[in-house]
Amino acid sequence: MSGFDKVVNSYEEALAGLEDNMTVIAGGFGLCGIPENLIQQIKVMGTKGLTIVSNNCGVDGFGLGVLLEDKQIRKMISSYVGENAMFEKQLLAGELEVELTPQGTLAEKMRAGGAGIPAFYTATGFGTPVAEGKEVREFNGRSYILEESITGDFAIVKGWKADRYGNVIYRDTAQNFNPLAATAGKITIVEVEEIVEPGKLQPAQIHTPGIYVDRLILGTFEKRIEQRTVRQSG
Amino acid sequence: MALTREQMAMRVARELQDGYYVNLGIGIPTLVANFIPEGMEVMLQSENGLLGMGPFPTEEEIDADMINAGKQTVTAATGASIFSSAESFAMIRGGHVDLTVLGAFEVDTQGNIASWMIPGKLIKGMGGAMDLVAGADNIIVTMTHASKHGESKLLPKCSLPLTGAGCIRKVLTDLAYLEISNGAFVLKERAPGVSAEEIKEKTAGELVVPDFVPEMSF
Repeated sequence: MSGFDKVVNSYEEALAGLEDNMTVIAGGFGLCGIPENLIQQIKVMGTKGLTIVSNNCGVDGFGLGVLLEDKQIRKMISSYVGENAMFEKQLLAGELEVELTPQGTLAEKMRAGGAGIPAFYTATGFGTPVAEGKEVREFNGRSYILEESITGDFAIVKGWKADRYGNVIYRDTAQNFNPLAATAGKITIVEVEEIVEPGKLQPAQIHTPGIYVDRLILGTFEKRIEQRTVRQSG
Repeated sequence: MALTREQMAMRVARELQDGYYVNLGIGIPTLVANFIPEGMEVMLQSENGLLGMGPFPTEEEIDADMINAGKQTVTAATGASIFSSAESFAMIRGGHVDLTVLGAFEVDTQGNIASWMIPGKLIKGMGGAMDLVAGADNIIVTMTHASKHGESKLLPKCSLPLTGAGCIRKVLTDLAYLEISNGAFVLKERAPGVSAEEIKEKTAGELVVPDFVPEMSF
């Protein structure tokens, strides 16, 4: 077996080493492109006190929402968390902490974290509650706030296709935060719908190069739809 | 008569230009897509990572991997591109989007906007709104002129926590189209049959009324 072969054969193996109180960065937007089986495995493991960095927190009974059921999440770093009743209940009861972060800042925090940049200035959030306690600096007459980047003990990612070396391609808007999360985990785990031999994917089409990926697992996915909207055909 | 939601969307659509990249927020802004003039090419940006949003899919076309920022299933338009959230906000924050349309709770004469948080109510989050208002040069805020209780939403100073500071210059309400300039609202157009006096009465922030204020027509 090649030293570049990232494939693991069980979800137990995929998430080995995850411990209480760790930080996990998760890809996905709403329920689109979420690593649903890796999330389910964290539920099975019962790991507690987690800080989860993810744009959203799933819905009741699906996605990251399942980790609320046994109170496994201590803190969420997200841009929008309005989709689950259990989240609201635990937040109001003080059992859950939430750090609301503008969506673009959240994406950039992951990108910068994965790229070795500890912090960056952005105009987003200046003059708002998000700026509280943050350094402000003026560039060319405009005010910017200093935002610190994020890295995680683990990153959990949903891809479409990958080769055994962990080169990953995402499908349509299921890409979203996934390639950013993939760069920002000390250990990055990617679950995909199809694994092919190295050489089968076009090198220039790879979204996440294998260097970022530690473990790769083949999964089957429910892909639940949050807002089913259609037009009449014809 | 106050404008309907559709009329507000129609009025905003008159600001579109051929070749514009546009980000539309949830609610009335979304309706603007229904009024893109015939023959004009406009590409809709959805901040979850889609430039070139198409119509909703048919039953047969539905795909869980193809959604918009409102988490609705959508299609990609011809010539669309799909990318990561960091890329999406790079184009927003970097000022590459030609027009952004979004709703608000309050706007003030300093161009401040409050649209995400009401103290005492459950706070769901700002999503991409703070990035959008900080990054765009050309923003139109759409909202009703006054709350259900008759309180003006055009204020001398926003009372709610801000989404962005000093970033709004254009506001379309159900009563008027206004611009913000030199610390005041300037009345540019009136809804059909709505007098400047009525608009003045419902505008808490300083309002400049030019000698002639045209009435919108639909």
